[in-house]
Amino acid sequence: MSVDVLAMENLSCRYQGHEALTEITMKVTAGDYVGIVGPNGSGKSTLVRAMLGLLAPDAGRVLLFGVPVTTFRQWRRIGYLPQSMRHFNPAVPATVEEVIRLGLLPHKRFPRRVGGKSDTPAVERALEALGIAGIRKKLIGELSGGQQQRALLARAIVGRPELLILDEPTTALDPETRERFYTLLGELHREEGTTIILVTHDTGSIGSMASRLIYVDRRIIFNGTLDDFCHSKEMTAFFGEASQHLICHRH
Amino acid sequence: MTVIHMFQYGFIQRALVAGSLIAVLCAVLGVFLVLRKLSLIGDGLAHVTFGSVALALFVNIPPLAVTLAAIPLVMLASLGILKLMEKAKIFGDAAVGIVASLGIAVGVLMAGLSGGFSVDLFSYLFGNILSVSREEVIIAATLFCTILTAVSLYYYELLAVTFDEELARTSGINTKRVNRLLVLLTSLIVVLAMKVAGIMLVSALIVLPAVTALQIATGFRTALILAAACALLAVVAGIIASFALNIPAGATIILLNFGLFLCAFLGRRFVPQR
Repeated sequence: MSVDVLAMENLSCRYQGHEALTEITMKVTAGDYVGIVGPNGSGKSTLVRAMLGLLAPDAGRVLLFGVPVTTFRQWRRIGYLPQSMRHFNPAVPATVEEVIRLGLLPHKRFPRRVGGKSDTPAVERALEALGIAGIRKKLIGELSGGQQQRALLARAIVGRPELLILDEPTTALDPETRERFYTLLGELHREEGTTIILVTHDTGSIGSMASRLIYVDRRIIFNGTLDDFCHSKEMTAFFGEASQHLICHRH
Repeated sequence: MTVIHMFQYGFIQRALVAGSLIAVLCAVLGVFLVLRKLSLIGDGLAHVTFGSVALALFVNIPPLAVTLAAIPLVMLASLGILKLMEKAKIFGDAAVGIVASLGIAVGVLMAGLSGGFSVDLFSYLFGNILSVSREEVIIAATLFCTILTAVSLYYYELLAVTFDEELARTSGINTKRVNRLLVLLTSLIVVLAMKVAGIMLVSALIVLPAVTALQIATGFRTALILAAACALLAVVAGIIASFALNIPAGATIILLNFGLFLCAFLGRRFVPQR
């Protein structure tokens, strides 16, 4: 019996006194390409942080590969790209290559070393995949938003994770880079079998790629395939015909 | 007397060895602390050291043991700062402020109960590296090996947590343990550094070489090496200048460190970027 890559059961989270997420129940199975969409402030990023155990829920639980996130240790199976480089410290004088190498830490035992030659092929592959080999020696804090985003994505995929969680990954990217980025995700999904959870407000683009769409607005409003979404009269009533058409039209 | 002759004196040799070891450690930890916005933790823990030293002097602990007696108290205070940040949900600077003022209050209280400030307490406030004993050099060397080994073993974890703590957690790094390690190592070095620069100037030994290196570093490892080199240069030149010109060593070392920072800052502004 295959184990769900991610399972959330009756998850509720409060943030600064307000209900951020209510009764979230969802599953992601191996090989899924799930798009999580929703308006600003709908709790998408809270959902991602809860998935990764970065936020303790008020109720419910999260399982990663069948293991409660609170005791989960197999982080090598997961790659994570946080929202818009919100947390990283740009003053750290780390080169692009140093940052990418940090993505291999989950594969190491104490004392963890990721500077060795044995790690170089994986780093080179990630640099090439994201088209950033030419800026490997640049300090990450001195790069443009798009270049930083690509470096952090390279960090997320360098260890060939089974599950890739991306929180608003395209906000700092220009349209051309965004297209390349989505193409790369498609390749990872098809060729490596990587399970992808992509959180975005870019509903127009996600429709053409995701095998499943989850619409969140503090609770799950819709969870199903794109076809279901497009033919759902409830969704038409909820979104309005124009918004629903925008998502489905790209499909 | 020439500068060459000064190296014949045992107290100068001890000052150079202990000062160099301590300065390098301060610089290396300083890079992590500055980038974690914990620059003032050195200052805060130095204030706690003041309280601990006053307490040790109050109960008549022998001079050498004063340093050793202060270590566990300052380590506890460093963990207290972390706990305040985690549990009381207050920012690092406020947590440092609370613990620092507590340390000073205990120090003043002990000094008052003992009938006023003693000369010994003032020597800890302003430091005197030229009075470092042989035993203190051994303590410095031991801690040098211990702290550099710890930093080496946890180098990539420290870098990952410094870069992005949440991302580090999703890499399976026990960030709480890494944070505890960093503040505990800092508390060790602060107690040790009070002999070099005095409690009042310890945080400068931590902050200045780090910010100098961060002006010109081209990578993280380079930043650590540059910070250590700047600290080493300032200590050696500071001790020589102090002896040759008969001026206070601690203050001279700090001013030289500031001079290096100024050079790096101006160099970065006026030399074309890479």
